[in-house]
Amino acid sequence: MYEFDLVKPATLTEAVAALGEEDAQALGGGQTLIPTLKQRLASPSKLVLLSGIAEMQGISVEAGVVSIGGATPHGVVAAEVAQSYPALAALAGNIGDPAVRNRGTIGGSLANNDPAACYPAAALASGATIVTNARQIAADDYFDGLFTTALEEGEIVTQVRLPVPEVANYQKFVQPASRFALVGVFVAKFADGVRVAVTGASEDGVFRWSEAEAALSGNFSAEALDGLSVEAEGMMADIHGSKAYRAHLIAVLTKRAVAAAV
Amino acid sequence: MPKDSGIGASPKRREDVRFLTGTGNYTDDINLNGQAYVHFLRSDMAHGRITSIDTTAAAAMPGVVRIFTGADFEGVGGIPCGWQITDKHGEVMQEPAHPVLAQGKARYVGDAIAAVVADTAEQARDAAEAIELDMEELPAVIDMKAAVQEGATKVHDDLTSNLCYDWSLPEDNKPAVEEAFANAAHVTTLELVNNRLIANPMEPRVAVGDFNRATGDSTLYTTSQNPHVIRLLMGAFVLGIPEHKLRVIAPDVGGGFGTKIFHYAEEAFCTFAAKALNRAVKWTSTRSEAFISDAHGRDHVSTIQLALDADNNFTALRTDTYANMGAYLSTFAPSVPTWLHGTLMAGNYKTPAIYVNVKAVFTNTVPVDAYRGAGRPEATYQLERVIDKAARELGVDPVALRRQNFITEFPYATPVAVEYDTGDYNATMDKLEEIADFAGFAARRSASEARGKVRGLGVNCYIEACGIAPSNLVGQLGARAGLYESATVRVNATGGLVVMTGSHSHGQGHETSFPQVIAEMIGIDESMVEVVHGDTANTPMGMGTYGSRSLAVGGSAMVRATEKIIAKAKKIAAHLMEAAEADVELKDGAFSVAGTDKSVAWGDVTLAAYVPHNYPLEDIEPGLEETAFYDPANFTYPSGAYACEVELDPETGKVSIERFAAADDFGNVVNPMIVEGQVHGGIGQGIGQALLEGAVYNEDGQLLSASYMDYAMPRADDLPFYQVDHSCQTPCTHNPLGVKGCGEAGAIGSPPSVVNAVVDALQSMGKDVTHVDMPLSPARVWQAMQG
Repeated sequence: MYEFDLVKPATLTEAVAALGEEDAQALGGGQTLIPTLKQRLASPSKLVLLSGIAEMQGISVEAGVVSIGGATPHGVVAAEVAQSYPALAALAGNIGDPAVRNRGTIGGSLANNDPAACYPAAALASGATIVTNARQIAADDYFDGLFTTALEEGEIVTQVRLPVPEVANYQKFVQPASRFALVGVFVAKFADGVRVAVTGASEDGVFRWSEAEAALSGNFSAEALDGLSVEAEGMMADIHGSKAYRAHLIAVLTKRAVAAAV
Repeated sequence: MPKDSGIGASPKRREDVRFLTGTGNYTDDINLNGQAYVHFLRSDMAHGRITSIDTTAAAAMPGVVRIFTGADFEGVGGIPCGWQITDKHGEVMQEPAHPVLAQGKARYVGDAIAAVVADTAEQARDAAEAIELDMEELPAVIDMKAAVQEGATKVHDDLTSNLCYDWSLPEDNKPAVEEAFANAAHVTTLELVNNRLIANPMEPRVAVGDFNRATGDSTLYTTSQNPHVIRLLMGAFVLGIPEHKLRVIAPDVGGGFGTKIFHYAEEAFCTFAAKALNRAVKWTSTRSEAFISDAHGRDHVSTIQLALDADNNFTALRTDTYANMGAYLSTFAPSVPTWLHGTLMAGNYKTPAIYVNVKAVFTNTVPVDAYRGAGRPEATYQLERVIDKAARELGVDPVALRRQNFITEFPYATPVAVEYDTGDYNATMDKLEEIADFAGFAARRSASEARGKVRGLGVNCYIEACGIAPSNLVGQLGARAGLYESATVRVNATGGLVVMTGSHSHGQGHETSFPQVIAEMIGIDESMVEVVHGDTANTPMGMGTYGSRSLAVGGSAMVRATEKIIAKAKKIAAHLMEAAEADVELKDGAFSVAGTDKSVAWGDVTLAAYVPHNYPLEDIEPGLEETAFYDPANFTYPSGAYACEVELDPETGKVSIERFAAADDFGNVVNPMIVEGQVHGGIGQGIGQALLEGAVYNEDGQLLSASYMDYAMPRADDLPFYQVDHSCQTPCTHNPLGVKGCGEAGAIGSPPSVVNAVVDALQSMGKDVTHVDMPLSPARVWQAMQG
């Protein structure tokens, strides 16, 4: 990696100030950024470490909403929301390996918005609110394509608020090498309808499968999805799966998620 | 009652204490006073002409010692190839120059173009980025069949084409084979790909070159499976350093799997630069570099045809293979698709007529060479897949078809140049049927079906040729080296022994198993025997570890040296006991005279050898140290039968291995635990090849699977518990231990059974699928199901 300065702010205010400097870059758990730096694919002059900011840590559950500090590692989420939001806990507990789960953070994952990451599916399907140092952004307005979000330069994800569905399930079909999601589908049933978010598949990143949502909102059963399919056009293709395969998996996994959630 | 010491016992591996407690001494742990670091600027173009290279700005960067380019190596020999193949027309293979640093052209992504030596590794890398390099991109030669078409772009301008050789075995058989096919009642044809693999040992390659100005001696520390071979190749062919002025040390090595056999340009560079700069120079490969600079394995495209008569007897076999050499000839690359592949095409079967044709092709890819099994997995995969396909076409039981055609009488001379000494293929198949529980398969299939899954069973046999090899034979076949092994057994005055062996241990457990043999021969405790290996300065010239040869060849040398020790010790004991030498017996670490109560302990004899106050000095010299070189009379032929049960998810194409059984015949076994570990590891790599691993180049020659994000290594949860058995033992007839070798068996024997099982599952669900190329990723299996 190239040389950089490391800043360890204790408060959000200090972090925001540090990120205001040119070429400064926020460092969450570093599970994406550190390998990128090692490959010399990024050259920030300053890294602003977010893990020491107390107000970005921790989880609370209140009025049917799970609120997770942006710097909370996946392993902590997996352990602490097991009762309050089991589908989310299961998702968090199946990201990467123990080392990744002990370092990687929910805020880092959502800020990075890797098209094969798991958390974006949970946030979008839950209708989460992404809280930053400056504002609150609805998940529907937040994800903006591959590795792109509504975040402004220097804006920090401080908290993620996820309404807890009546039932939910996440089905992840792993890419054999990276074990990121080749396709991941998060189904969340709320009193006012069902949300289905798909990660790993689309050229536009995480998205909601609205046909499935409509069908499931009327009849929350796997059979309700019979005959529904996703167009292969617009899906990603690589050595691990064609567009058609990914489109096929979306339908399979959505059914499985519904069956598991019922 | 299992033994607790000696041959047949399973003491825990003594070397694991240091490996597991972080006290090993790997090449990267070696840091010499004042050492500099090298960073290689590697081509990001698969095929490009270097139009200009300006290092002026880079050389002025902080910490830079010197920047080397291809021009600095114009007077230096290229990286040599250790095996010359003569083709079917009697012509020698095309052998391109292989410069240490690219000269004129870069020929694969990863080809080293310049080398920056600096005070720190980071400074070297910084400066490498400042080198101004201009390259003209040339069309990349990737597809092997296209590469040998008339008018194809040439990887090497000075060769006549991209064809390295067009080899056959045996050319004389061709008419008989053609006649057999013409008369066949049934012919089964299969086209398949043996996927390119990247070995990925846990420890990446490292080289540290050192030069002693006072003595003029060069030393290379390197991650090698065979330091003497590196000394010979690099000293004699690249740098012109006589062996007595060059020392090569391969300390603890964290896995090799073949890819650390070869002499690499980075080793020559570090040795060369250390002398040029009068300063130690170190290179540590990153994992990313390893993907594009370690020799790859496999990468064959084959058509195989099996002819059968009306009674389902195999009457002939012919194969047509394209073997990828990559951009240059790595050390043993030409031997892999030929003598390590064609000679195994008879497998376990008495097919009377066989013809093997192999075209080796240059492409703009990383050089390809031996990887665990080396040629034998490719042979086994073709043969065992085509037999399975034939059984399905004929509607016969694949196990029965195999049994019907087994070789049952030994020795057996195959039509492809080798003679099997022993084996009992029905015995291993019987054992397999038992441990794999064939009888319970139908019930397990039903249980899978009830879970919405489809279960398949695949079986295959394998034979391999290990213990390479008789030097006079391999010399005739084109090897530019002998393939004996050596051992010096040094007995110390107080009775302890040190074995200095040319074999190298990089995971095989020699430090544990070799002492078991010597301790048993003498009747002393294993803790009295220490193994020294990996340093050309303190071990006799040896050829190293690969091809499952260490116990069969290196162990045999050790036995021969120990026999000499015992013979001399008996002379000393006879003198001490005032007895006739012929009456002296060695048992349980003591010498005695038959029929008397005379006895001297091992330690008394060894002490007398070094304190020869009462000693037959007129007859024998003091001291107790003997060396033996062992050159085997034949290859060894381990064999076995493997079975795999898979469960297939019909909705996603995902395959999971539910059961895996291996019945192997390794001849005699010294340490059953280590043998089982070798089989487990080999099967893990075989399952990796079958389901997960695949190096993929795009048409521009970019390696798409250039990191663990896209190259799928097997993980623990991809693998089942194994049932392994090695109780069928037909000892090798021509080495003193009766051992055959076990290191590669698992990797050779497992891929076909996995693929056979998946095809079985697909057919059982009514799919007309006869073959799917490895790796059987979910996407590929799903695609196959779509028809």
